[in-house]
Amino acid sequence: MAKVLINFAHPALEKSRVHAQLLKTIKGIPGITFNDLYEQYPDLDINVAREQKLMEQHDIILMQHPFYWYSAPAIVKQWIDLVLEHGWAYGHTGKALQGKYFSNIISTGGQEGAYHPQGHHAHTVHDFLLPFIQTALLCNMQYAAPYVIFGVHRMDTLDIKEQAQQLGHVLELLRDERFDLSPLPKLEYMNQILHLPAQTR
Amino acid sequence: MDQHSLLFQSMVYLAAAIVFVPLAKKMGLGAVLGYLIAGIIIGPSVLGFIGSEGEDIMHFAEFGVVMMLFLIGMELEPALLWRLRASILGLGGLQVILSAAAIAAIAFWIGQPLNTSLALGMILSLSSTAIVLQTLNEKGWMGTAAGQSAFSVLLFQDIAVIPMLAIFPLLVAGNAMPDAATHAPSLRDNLPGWGQTLVVLGAVATIIIAGRYLVRPIMRVIARTRVRELFTATALLMVIAIAVLMNLVGLSSALGAFLGGVVLANSEYRHELESDIEPFKGLLLGLFFIAVGASIDFKLIFEQPWVIMGLVVGIMAIKGVILLVLGKIFKLSTDQNLLFAFALADIGEFAFVLLSFTNQTRLLSGEMTAMMTAVVAISMALTPLIMLLYEKVIQPYFTRSEVTAERDADEINEKNAVIIAGFGRFGSMTGRFLRANGVKATILDLDSDRVDALHNLGIKVYYGDASRYDLLAAAGAADAKMLIIATDHAEQTREIVVMAQRYFPHLQLLVRSENNEDTFELMDLGVLHIYRETVDTSLRLGVDALRMLGGRAYRSQRAAHTFFRQDEQTLKGLSALRDDKKQYINSMKERIEEMEKLIASDRVKTWLDEGQGWDPETIRDEIRGEKEK
Repeated sequence: MAKVLINFAHPALEKSRVHAQLLKTIKGIPGITFNDLYEQYPDLDINVAREQKLMEQHDIILMQHPFYWYSAPAIVKQWIDLVLEHGWAYGHTGKALQGKYFSNIISTGGQEGAYHPQGHHAHTVHDFLLPFIQTALLCNMQYAAPYVIFGVHRMDTLDIKEQAQQLGHVLELLRDERFDLSPLPKLEYMNQILHLPAQTR
Repeated sequence: MDQHSLLFQSMVYLAAAIVFVPLAKKMGLGAVLGYLIAGIIIGPSVLGFIGSEGEDIMHFAEFGVVMMLFLIGMELEPALLWRLRASILGLGGLQVILSAAAIAAIAFWIGQPLNTSLALGMILSLSSTAIVLQTLNEKGWMGTAAGQSAFSVLLFQDIAVIPMLAIFPLLVAGNAMPDAATHAPSLRDNLPGWGQTLVVLGAVATIIIAGRYLVRPIMRVIARTRVRELFTATALLMVIAIAVLMNLVGLSSALGAFLGGVVLANSEYRHELESDIEPFKGLLLGLFFIAVGASIDFKLIFEQPWVIMGLVVGIMAIKGVILLVLGKIFKLSTDQNLLFAFALADIGEFAFVLLSFTNQTRLLSGEMTAMMTAVVAISMALTPLIMLLYEKVIQPYFTRSEVTAERDADEINEKNAVIIAGFGRFGSMTGRFLRANGVKATILDLDSDRVDALHNLGIKVYYGDASRYDLLAAAGAADAKMLIIATDHAEQTREIVVMAQRYFPHLQLLVRSENNEDTFELMDLGVLHIYRETVDTSLRLGVDALRMLGGRAYRSQRAAHTFFRQDEQTLKGLSALRDDKKQYINSMKERIEEMEKLIASDRVKTWLDEGQGWDPETIRDEIRGEKEK
């Protein structure tokens, strides 16, 4: 069993269509820790000790958020700045996160094709996620492939529900370690593990 | 009194009040002394505008005392009584019992009969609620330790009158029935001692039961008529009815009114009643003080000046010493203890009520009553003077000695950039916060007990009035950057603001305000940083309420910020409007209108568009539109 932590950030969940629906599924999954950052710290006053302890207790840390302006809502930056302390997360003595997996669960308005050198946004999602990827590496973690839900602007409620089911399934697979985790960083999207051949360990 | 002379009398009284009260205030003597002087001047001893009918007036004006006690009663919520129980029962109880016993013992020792001595002891142990409370309020001393203690003692005295009135008939022991000619016939005239006591208890019970079960439905009916003056009429009727009932059984109407007030303390119509009766009370009380001034029999005083003055000084000395000892036992600091003793050493207006009663029952002889009346009146007249003495001589002595002692000790350290005036529940929070963040502040406070307590905790607090130039200067205002004003009283706050603006214009002023009214006043004074004391807390509560109802924490928080911004802006707008009108918002109706404007501004349409940047609907519409094309 792998311990999965979801650090969730959405400043206006009451307006959200996608993430609100995703939460309905995710929150019900046993064995997954759901940490709602804006609910926990509405004034962005992060409790560093609590956040570090949570990270220490888990193997896979997933930042779930809308992909606002090719990035994350403000609290995610605040969280990274304050929680990943020198001497704890990085530096000579900072080995607390060694060997853990880190990644993002994001939703984008545009379609997958738009995130391409020839596309509307001229870069891949991975290009935009570079700060997260390098941050994870500096903190001795492995950056697993991001879980991306593309094209939410065109989705209707039924589509979103289906997406929620899929994400739930992926999280269960991660939790149960139904496959070897090591190839995770080599995938393009974490969504793909649904299509990997089932492994028995 | 025919109509002509009634009008003439009213004119004389009102004119005297209007001339002498502002004069007395100007000279720093206080309103009470002003009324008393007015009374002496127009009384039979000086100008003689009013003569023997002064007593009728006094009888009429006693009604001011009745109303005051009604109002005091209404202030007495059971919770307050419970909070003050130790000082009321301990301090008040001991004061009344010890003073009464001491005075009675001395009276007995110089040859008065036992029952007369006891009656005198009880009568003279009381202090003047009217003068003392009025003076304490006027000078802003109600909040001090001495003010609170004095209030507790006065409260106990007000209550103690009930048993006293019940005991007096027993002292007469049925052998000297009141003379029908000198006093209105009452129900209990022909009853034995125990029967009279029973009637008294019955009347008290009537007031309590009527107050509990009758007033509320009546008020509801009156409220529904929406005729404003009917409320005033009902309030007056209520007090007068109590007075009539009390007179009927031969009891003090003041007492009954007090009781009625207590019964109504928790009624939802309390504030309505209060604001209705308040002006009548003020005017009648003024009249009462004038009548007291006029009733001083200078002829009697000039006949035996030494006896009378000796009695006044002697009685006040006995009471003062007892008060000082009690203050010491109850741990008042020296200056507070002196204020406490000075305030309560006088003899109160209840004495007049009790004296007329003892005279009617012949418990005291007519001669004795006349003399005692003069003694009581003189002692009441002296009280504002004594308080003035305290304010001008004794308090500055303590202020000065403490400040200079302090300043000598740490002249170098105490050049702080921040001065905090007022270290009560508000200022102490700010002060602690700054201190925790390494900001040293010079703290000024007017409550000497609090100053001492903080001293013991190692926090340097200067005792003194921050609205005084010399004190602010001593606190280093010339070099400081900022003055935080967190005093309890709006009046005092404004005085400090004006003072600081005039003499230390470089100081940044951060000012606490209690409510919107204060805020407007401070805005008018040009204060830029005003902190309404409960706004943040109530919004924080609102945020938690939204969260508990299932709202998102971050949204609730942002909503509170938006609301706060909006509210401040509306307030500024209202302040400008108010300046245009050049008038004071006073009436309930105007306050409600103001509230309506505030509420209307809560419903602006930008409210729901907050956070437009997150997950905008418009982009989705745009993209869907393209798809359909």
